[in-house]
Amino acid sequence: MTNSASLTRSKLPISGRIVMFFIRHVQHAMASLGELWRSPVSSIMTMAVLGVSLSLPAALQVMVKNAETITQSWDSAAQISLFIDGPRSDKSIQSLIARIKVYPEIDDVRFISKDDALAEFRKLSGFGDALDYLDENPLPAVVTVFPTERYSTPQGARELLAKLEHEPEVSFGRLDIEWLERLQALVHVLERTVIAIGALLVLAVVLIIGNTIRLAIMNRRSEIEVMKLVGATEAFIQRPFLYTGIWYGVVGGILAWLIINILVWYLDGALSHLLGLYGSNLHMKGLSLGELIDMVLIASFLGWIGSYISVRHHLRAIEPS
Amino acid sequence: MIRFEQVSKIYPGGQKALTEVNFHLRKGEMAFLTGHSGAGKSTLLKLITVIERASAGRVFIGGHDIANIKRGHVPYLRRDIGMIFQNHHLLMDRSVFDNVALPLVIEGFTLGEIRKRVAAALDMVGLYGKERHNPIMLSGGEQQRVGIARAIVNKPALLLADEPTGNLDPKLSMDILRLFETFNDAGTSVLIATHDLGLIARMKYRTLTLRQGRMIGGESDVAMPVN
Repeated sequence: MTNSASLTRSKLPISGRIVMFFIRHVQHAMASLGELWRSPVSSIMTMAVLGVSLSLPAALQVMVKNAETITQSWDSAAQISLFIDGPRSDKSIQSLIARIKVYPEIDDVRFISKDDALAEFRKLSGFGDALDYLDENPLPAVVTVFPTERYSTPQGARELLAKLEHEPEVSFGRLDIEWLERLQALVHVLERTVIAIGALLVLAVVLIIGNTIRLAIMNRRSEIEVMKLVGATEAFIQRPFLYTGIWYGVVGGILAWLIINILVWYLDGALSHLLGLYGSNLHMKGLSLGELIDMVLIASFLGWIGSYISVRHHLRAIEPS
Repeated sequence: MIRFEQVSKIYPGGQKALTEVNFHLRKGEMAFLTGHSGAGKSTLLKLITVIERASAGRVFIGGHDIANIKRGHVPYLRRDIGMIFQNHHLLMDRSVFDNVALPLVIEGFTLGEIRKRVAAALDMVGLYGKERHNPIMLSGGEQQRVGIARAIVNKPALLLADEPTGNLDPKLSMDILRLFETFNDAGTSVLIATHDLGLIARMKYRTLTLRQGRMIGGESDVAMPVN
């Protein structure tokens, strides 16, 4: 009280202050947990609400994740057919194949000669006899190109096609990719929807926690007044509330993870039966332990944000009188 | 310790609580602040503890001009002021120990140090051994002494008491005042707001009197001899 420096500092030495800072944080964290433990019913209700709220965006995330694995397996079905220009000698075609085989974008190349193409057509079309009347083979030779995974996307395959069409032997190329583009557009819409709905639900989580903390602050109004009177800083007073918000988030995140995995487990039986009928043995993927950690981190961050907003707003309003 | 220079306080809405108040409480001095209810005693105490700020004039606490103290630094100023209230302001759901320890916890003392100081403070107010009790189990006088123990536990330079004997019988009131005297003997400045004129008459301390927001007696700078 004798000099102005004493106003801004605690009376403890710096080392003691640093140690006590961490000890206080641990104590506050534990005290907040104890506080939640003491009113288990209302705490569990809040945590359950958070768990359900968080499980909805997480469920959408699981949907997107599973949809992506399926479309990825379809992606690799992309292939490019190159039709060879006019009559070319075998030698020039072989040199074309040798040239495009070394393209880094290309995984594999298969050659269907004019004769092979005719034989195949004869077999599949049923015009076998009619074809014998033709003077020459009207079918072009075809080189089928299988792009690498990176160039199997609609855009990548299209780029590759443009490049291949520059080859002199190539008359034109065909890329049957429309269905793939439509599928990807669909997945894109789904992703956008997930982000929008997820954002709303995340906002709901922040608001729920903010409101819960607001009630907690109102309940302890007299205590906060006394603390302010005996010289507690706002950082000190708000810390237990912030930890309460974080704990809500942690437990809510774990609950959401459990809910999702139970859901996936419940759905997977029916789904794999359905996919089995289509000859696929894909399984639905749930959330991994790594994703549990992500969810807990995100949820506790949301809890912190919600309680921080609430604390900032309501703690200031409480002044001793 | 406390100096008011031409201090006025007008509450929002135009209610004039204090008008051009001047006084000076010296370091180590003990004084009474008196006046009818509504005379401005509470407002004056609120200005000292920065719960309210003056509309005009200057308030100095321990050499600091209150007007220059930022919001964030107010808690540190309050740590050097022990406050005692008529209605105690105790946390009824916490033990006596937790109540008295609160200022030390806030300041960040270790548990060992807190135990030592709380025990010393409770001993001083005659409540040694009641750490585990809840304030609700104690009598009014004992609750008041818990409040006093909390006010003195971190050895503040200034003690402020707002009607500390309001609900107590004369004998208990005298005990409480004797307690303030011992703290004053140890060098703490003490300002006691009370309307218990009988009590003041029996003690030979300077009396600051407020009437309708003006100080009408005791504002002289001359300190009365201690005892």
